[in-house]
Amino acid sequence: MSIPSRRAKDRIVTALLYSLMAAVILLLAGVLAFIVKNGLSALSWDFLTQPPRDAMTRGGIYTPLIGSIQLIAVAMAFAFPVGVLTAVYLVEWARDGLFTRTLRLAVRSLAGVPSVVFGLFGLSFFVVVLGFGASLLSAGLTLGCLVLPVIVGASEAALSAVPRDYRDASYAMGATKWQTIRKVVLPAAFPSILTGAILAVGRVAGETAPIIFTGAAFFTPRVARSLLEPVMALPYHILVLATAGTAIDETRPIQYGTVLVLLVLVLGVTLVGVLFRAKLRMEKRR
Amino acid sequence: MTPKIKIQTTAMDLWYDQFQALKAIDIAIPERAVTAFIGPSGCGKSSFLRCLNRMNDFIPAARVDGQVLLDGRNIYGAGEDVIALRRQVGMVFQRPNPFPASIWDNVAYGPRLHGITNRRTLEGIVEGSLRGAALWDEVKDKLRSPALSLSGGQQQRLCIARAIAVEPEVLLMDEPTSALDPMATARIEELVRILKEHFTVAIVTHNMQQAARISDETAFFLNGEIVETGPTQRLFTSPRDGRTEDYITGRFG
Amino acid sequence: MKDQSALKADRLPRALIAAVATSGLAIMLFILFFLLKESLPALRETTLGELMTGAFWYPTAEPAEFGLLPLLMGSVSVTLLTSALALPFSLGLAVFLAEVCPSALREIFKPLLEILGFFPSVVLGFLGMVVLAPWLQERFSLLTGLNLLNASLLMGIMILPIVASLAEDALSSVPRDLRDASYALGATGFETTWRVVLPAALPGILQACLLGVMRAIGETMVVLMASGGAALIPRSVMDPVRPLTSTIAAEMGETPIGSAHYHVLFFAGLLLLIMTLSINVGALWIERRGRKWRT
Repeated sequence: MSIPSRRAKDRIVTALLYSLMAAVILLLAGVLAFIVKNGLSALSWDFLTQPPRDAMTRGGIYTPLIGSIQLIAVAMAFAFPVGVLTAVYLVEWARDGLFTRTLRLAVRSLAGVPSVVFGLFGLSFFVVVLGFGASLLSAGLTLGCLVLPVIVGASEAALSAVPRDYRDASYAMGATKWQTIRKVVLPAAFPSILTGAILAVGRVAGETAPIIFTGAAFFTPRVARSLLEPVMALPYHILVLATAGTAIDETRPIQYGTVLVLLVLVLGVTLVGVLFRAKLRMEKRR
Repeated sequence: MTPKIKIQTTAMDLWYDQFQALKAIDIAIPERAVTAFIGPSGCGKSSFLRCLNRMNDFIPAARVDGQVLLDGRNIYGAGEDVIALRRQVGMVFQRPNPFPASIWDNVAYGPRLHGITNRRTLEGIVEGSLRGAALWDEVKDKLRSPALSLSGGQQQRLCIARAIAVEPEVLLMDEPTSALDPMATARIEELVRILKEHFTVAIVTHNMQQAARISDETAFFLNGEIVETGPTQRLFTSPRDGRTEDYITGRFG
Repeated sequence: MKDQSALKADRLPRALIAAVATSGLAIMLFILFFLLKESLPALRETTLGELMTGAFWYPTAEPAEFGLLPLLMGSVSVTLLTSALALPFSLGLAVFLAEVCPSALREIFKPLLEILGFFPSVVLGFLGMVVLAPWLQERFSLLTGLNLLNASLLMGIMILPIVASLAEDALSSVPRDLRDASYALGATGFETTWRVVLPAALPGILQACLLGVMRAIGETMVVLMASGGAALIPRSVMDPVRPLTSTIAAEMGETPIGSAHYHVLFFAGLLLLIMTLSINVGALWIERRGRKWRT
């Protein structure tokens, strides 16, 4: 092949790849614009602070919004400490033994388990065997199991990135391993761990399948006041209104509004995480 | 009889943004001879080598002023085809960098790029290049094995074979033995002496003894400038510049 | 002396943390255990052969028919079509980000792609219902726009950012040396990518694709909302399907705990778990081989 035709091929492929990227950006912009345009008219202060009324054909999304936040809190209360400590064990103490390898394999497999299977597990374990019933606790713990590998992964990366020197300096002063981890390694890794946790929150907020039969309610008249009550949740609310309501077409504005709120919640949290991470990287480069 | 000049640079500057890496380089590289560039690390000798096949093009902030003539043609002139240039001016790098593919595929990579598809022709080129790089006898029975299974020295000779497979006229070598043990280094040096029968060789080395052993001409770089050039023997025995003398007698660098 | 007391002080925290760390393992084992425990009774109601090859899914009829084949085919067809649509696109994006895009632009494009990856699947499913379905229905004059193609397009959007970013990591970790060697031989950018960088990154790229496929098999909301929900073996991309995941999500809530239907749905979950775990094992195997091959 001649050089001009090879060069032409190179240019064509480059142009093609640029258009792929452009297509993705257009798609993203189009989807966002569409949701904002349709959802904005439903948004109001009342929409956020009033519970659904009249068989969910009117009113706001106060109960599902608070329910989602409660679910996030329960999930993270479980997954954050367990995930971080698991990472501490894997990075600081684990030797390459059978237990460590099995543990790593398990965490890795957990990351690949379909979310609906987590739902089945939550149903049989938390709801039935432990007797929590379909509740905030069952659904929150199920979500916690789901994001556990995400937090372990992020924390492992953060801990491994702490320079050896820091640890050596601490040991040189006669600190024990645990003191070193607590006083030196964890504080140094904390910002990155936090970023991982923020991104995990974004993931938890949008998940639907694991909570459908572990504690998400079709409708509750009020916000849950105990861990053992079922809760409404934004993603499940969207599913219900869009597929199972009695007035699917009439409630479209509410559906768009709910989608917009969920998206703002998820992407807002995610954006905080992404920006925070970008800031950390910049600081590290300096 | 004066040998023909293959590459001639005139008042060549290299800039990275505001930093001037090379200043007013004037040098003539004779054809079918070995020219060595020596000097302390950071003196710009490797950067200079990369100007000769325009590998600096990949650094967005890099800019070359002045002239670099290859057979009288300015390779930074308008209409210069970088692809054709790099075919004409091959390069061997500091660390052996064979592709993670078979020995055969490594050598055939260049000829295939340039449009040779005939199996027999390729077989011929692969054998010829491996012989040219003094590797044939060691690998002729395992051409299909992964290149990465070879030793470091063999890998570097494979890279030389890969470079000469596209029949370049000039071969740039950027400290080709710095990652190798003394035995492997000796074999490469021996090879360089043979290669100059067919190619114009420009070699960067941090090792003065190596320059003295294998090169015909030597240029001494310091802080982005050429301090002195001349026939190797003359430069090492009676340097004209005091700084050259300091360097080759080991007083700095 | 000093060393020993230090070790002793470490023993308690170490034991506690090891105990906490075990929960990851415990959860995985519990998932396996409970899925087996709740799905094996299904074999008392029907046979394994009937479950796997039965072509009819009428779980609430009298007598009930529990043929998982249409559901399995639903999952397989959505996964295949999604992969066919999204994997080439994702790899193109990965190549763009790793090899073509100037680094200043990359800092903008990567977060944008990441944002797309954080879209909740229920939102994508919703878009499938309100935007894509009416359009497909009108454009191809179908009875319903909720079908295999609709779900696969949306699922493609879901796995695109995942596959693209993992594949980009794989491409970026190919050493600069190899690109230099190729360029120095007179290769163009495309030739270098196609003949050197892609083959060198192949293990990582395959892994990225496998993880995308795994996500597609396990994804629930998009198929629940956009695939049409008919338990039929699809004959065209415009046919509605009912994959395993959406069947579980749609039916588990209305099934009495402990009924035959309940156990069969757990069996469907077990099938999903087996599929995703085997893909995971495949990815692990590729990673091991890739490492061996590189050194």
